[in-house]
Amino acid sequence: MNPTLQTLAVTLGILFTLLHVAAVLIWVERRLLALLQDRLGPNRAGPLGLFIIVADVIKIFTKEDWIPPFADRPLYVIAPAIILLTALVGFTIVPVGPGMVVLDLNIGILFFLAFSSLGIYSTVLAGWASNSKYALIGGLRMAAQMFSYEVFMGLSLMGVVILAGSLNLSEIVEAQRGMWFVLPQFLGFVIFLLAGLAETHRLPFDLPEAESELVAGFHTEYSSMKFGIFFVGEYIGLTLIAAMIVTLFFGGWLGPAWIPAPLVFCFKTFAFILFFILMRAAIPRPRFDQMLSWGWKYLLPLALINLIATGALVLIRAD
Amino acid sequence: MLSLIKSLWLVFLHLFRKRFTIQYPEEKAYLAPRYRGRIILSRDPDGGERCVACYLCAAACPVECIALDATEDENGRRYPDFFRINFSRCIYCGYCEEACPTYAIQLVPDFEMAEYNRQNMVYEKEDLLIDGEGKYHGYNYYKVAGIAIGGKDKGEGENESSPIDPKDLMP
Repeated sequence: MNPTLQTLAVTLGILFTLLHVAAVLIWVERRLLALLQDRLGPNRAGPLGLFIIVADVIKIFTKEDWIPPFADRPLYVIAPAIILLTALVGFTIVPVGPGMVVLDLNIGILFFLAFSSLGIYSTVLAGWASNSKYALIGGLRMAAQMFSYEVFMGLSLMGVVILAGSLNLSEIVEAQRGMWFVLPQFLGFVIFLLAGLAETHRLPFDLPEAESELVAGFHTEYSSMKFGIFFVGEYIGLTLIAAMIVTLFFGGWLGPAWIPAPLVFCFKTFAFILFFILMRAAIPRPRFDQMLSWGWKYLLPLALINLIATGALVLIRAD
Repeated sequence: MLSLIKSLWLVFLHLFRKRFTIQYPEEKAYLAPRYRGRIILSRDPDGGERCVACYLCAAACPVECIALDATEDENGRRYPDFFRINFSRCIYCGYCEEACPTYAIQLVPDFEMAEYNRQNMVYEKEDLLIDGEGKYHGYNYYKVAGIAIGGKDKGEGENESSPIDPKDLMP
């Protein structure tokens, strides 16, 4: 196949899948949360209640798109776009199969880290531009959360990088042919999982949103599709973190030979998305100071110890 | 830390529990016999209206959704000329049932009375009257009331002794 054509096909395929996954996740999350709470969830509209997605999309598109007169207009409008854009761009380096990657960067992990941290501008700008107290507190919390969790998010990945000897994600996946990195890098995996959750501000780390204390946090003033884009961006961010966990720790697209590699990848990613929803159902939101002190006092030192220990072991082995 | 993992596992197990949801139109919830739902007017065992149009229900109603007008038949028996309940105002508190001295007005276990037109929520007497006795069987107000009515004289009611002559000195 023509390489340009293949890249185009992969790009469009990933984009198509992602945008639909974000929509389907609305239904998945509501159904699964309901099941975990001994309820049934939306099961009326269409088979298994799947048409609720259509209803939700129609609803969110036809709502009044209201910009508060006290808002900082340009920033207010641009904020939701940033989260979607950074999440989608972050996905370009994720290999869904052998050779099936939009950008085969040799600094893949750095690229991912850079774009996932650029996503913070979305929430912080939204909180600032809304010019309302709840939104501002939400934005500030997001900034603090991001600063503290981003530090060891990168550090927790360095163990994987040492083991694989590369920052290229395709090569990292190939390096896991013998053994998935979750075994030698279990600590790194747990830390990355927590940091990733904090990064996507999903429950239980949804302190910037915290509907029970901050109304809706940074997107309090947003309505209609602007709010919808925050939602989609959050779901794509969630998928991105799940995909990164799978790629870095669970062997990416490696699996039984008789299943197509992209399917293996999708299956593993979906399993992690379901796990995130389970976490949302099971774990309460920590207090803000608890969350920050956890990050700085425990997770950061642990990530450093993990990094040093991995490095030392690799050096000893090399002798 | 361990407790978090334990709670994850326990919540996961809830996937396989029995659902609490009652799928309403197909499955109906159990309504207790004394459930306070739609209001009815009952009849006595002989088929006569129990309501004596005393206005106590209308007076007790906190939202004033009951309207009626009293009248009498040729025997001097009181009954409502019209009896109207506006169910779009009714709060199903059951005070009318408590106030009723003749067990006429009763709340029954039925709440499925949605209408497309608000006017249809106003029930007239013929909509409210049922043919049976409702929740209280065998009670006939005029049989136990000490008034002369429709061929029954004083002292002829159930468990009623004959009237005393106040001018009589005999024990």
